[in-house]
Amino acid sequence: MNLVLQIAWTHVRSRARQTGVAIAGVAVGVGFSVMMAGLMQGSQDDFIRQLVNALPHITVNDERRNPPPQPAEQAYDAAQIHGLTPSVRRKGIKNPLATMAALEAWIPGAVAPSVKVQAILRYATRDVGASITGIDPRREARVSELPNQMRQGTLSSLYTATNAIIVGERLAEKIGARVGSNITVQTSEGTQASAQVVGLFRSGIASVDEGSAYVLVRTGQVLARQTGLVNELRIRVGDPMEAREVASRIERQTDYKSVSWQEAHEDLLSSLVIRNVIMYTIVGAILLVASFGTYNIISTITHEKARDIAILKSLGLNERTVRSIFVVEAQMIGLAGALVGFVLGYLLCIALGSIEIKSPFMDITHLPIAYKSWHYGVAGAVALLSSFAAGYAPARKAARLHPVEIIRGAT
Amino acid sequence: MTETRTSEIREPKPAPVPLIEARGVTRILPGVVPTTLVRGIDLAIGDNEFVAITGPSGSGKSSLLYLLGLLDLPTEGEVLIRGRATAHMTEDERAFTRLSMLGFVFQFHFLLQEFSILDNVALPMRALGARSESDMRDRARDLLSSLGLADHLGKRPDQLSGGQRQRVAVARALANEPAVILADEPTGSLDSKSSEQVFELLKEIVDNGRTVVAVTHDIALAERMHRRIHLIDGEIDSDRSRR
Repeated sequence: MNLVLQIAWTHVRSRARQTGVAIAGVAVGVGFSVMMAGLMQGSQDDFIRQLVNALPHITVNDERRNPPPQPAEQAYDAAQIHGLTPSVRRKGIKNPLATMAALEAWIPGAVAPSVKVQAILRYATRDVGASITGIDPRREARVSELPNQMRQGTLSSLYTATNAIIVGERLAEKIGARVGSNITVQTSEGTQASAQVVGLFRSGIASVDEGSAYVLVRTGQVLARQTGLVNELRIRVGDPMEAREVASRIERQTDYKSVSWQEAHEDLLSSLVIRNVIMYTIVGAILLVASFGTYNIISTITHEKARDIAILKSLGLNERTVRSIFVVEAQMIGLAGALVGFVLGYLLCIALGSIEIKSPFMDITHLPIAYKSWHYGVAGAVALLSSFAAGYAPARKAARLHPVEIIRGAT
Repeated sequence: MTETRTSEIREPKPAPVPLIEARGVTRILPGVVPTTLVRGIDLAIGDNEFVAITGPSGSGKSSLLYLLGLLDLPTEGEVLIRGRATAHMTEDERAFTRLSMLGFVFQFHFLLQEFSILDNVALPMRALGARSESDMRDRARDLLSSLGLADHLGKRPDQLSGGQRQRVAVARALANEPAVILADEPTGSLDSKSSEQVFELLKEIVDNGRTVVAVTHDIALAERMHRRIHLIDGEIDSDRSRR
């Protein structure tokens, strides 16, 4: 066996109890770090999955990201113009069927047309503002999770009544409506119509569940007072993570504002970054605290082994070799702690994942836990790194011991 | 042929390079009141010498030995090993010189307690890394066997008597076949019987062609060595050779 390894192994083995405590410290640190990372990542993945599934991956609407210049601005380029009425533009996506066909030709996914109208839903004297989307039920199933989010009724129920409407469960609760209730819909365009609730859905996102409703495209066009109107294209792509790039290409191609789910939820996603920073700070702190145990034992060993260090140096071992001995000892503790910590972390994840969560607002579910190999890799690497740092300082001090001082002291 | 012989005859025989040489070596310990350990030491130790360094307590015997063994650095002057100045050597070079050319035996055996005596003897060989694992173990076994410790190879130092431990220390010092053994009071903590055994061991090392420099209080033992350097107050008082 290599000399450094042999001496280091002998030192840690001969202090089984102290070494065991130090290993346990690192193991607990690594174990809880893995568990925390799994829990945080799991909840984040679950949250993103809900975000992705709640809405289409990309929505293309009839707005422009930058308002087009007004005729007066084009005519008088250098002049500053006040008080002109902007030219009125006909709402909706031009030639929606042709646009859809052009997009379907290259988009790795599906496209569905829709009509979006802002309205007030009224039932039993209660008014709630909502966004009503006119959809094609057959195409909608290919672009959103709405069919799976239905709690009562189905998307096909929209065909069962004139002016049928599917509303979010929370929205229905707010106005006190149920399936079968006839509610009044009043749009910002001034249309007022009676609609029958034929279904309820729950996406899991409160803002969607308490502010959205679905009708047929045709009904949406009636509410918007514009025949043939399609003011939004709803797109689902194979890989949700590609949505941003696809949206950007659509915008370049069509000139219409194309919003990916990432852009739509940018505020939420940026809060996840902060959440991750907090998580990794805590994980780092846990491992740092664990490394104090390693520092403690290596300091103790170097203190107790001052005479051995003097012997080794008098025999001709150089400072680097002596330093390596104690750094390797710290790494042995770190490695053993990391391996035990992996097992502990895995068991903690299984235990946490088996906890059932019951809530009146959701189905019985379990804590979402992510099992990622990189959680173990990062925790192990940080444990080894902190063990190295914990061992290096006392190892350097030990290596610099002057053998003569120790030998004189011993004699 | 004749020319060659003539040139051989004419060439002056080079003076042998001393194994260890001290030139004006002074060692002062810094402090509020600086302490002079040795002052202006000039000496040369050649091959196959058996040298005793004697003197009263505090006369600088051990300090001189540590300086000769490169364990300590002189404040002034220099130590040469085989003619090579050591003052400007790096710490690594000094360590390598100790490992490959010098062997140490201390008053207290200074063996690693957690290792078997076989591993203790093999340790310098492992550090030098010039032999295979089996060679190292074979040599360590041979050395210990030649010192009468063949039955104790797997034992740890605390399972041996004082004399046996000191013999293990001698075996460890011999492991890398150094040119010189530097011994600091090698019999200082032993009874008379063990002292005699260790002395005979050192004498045998000299008989085998190596040099031994030993610090000792024991005048009787010192008188039996080839050369005796007597220190008083850190300076050489006398340097007498019996050969």
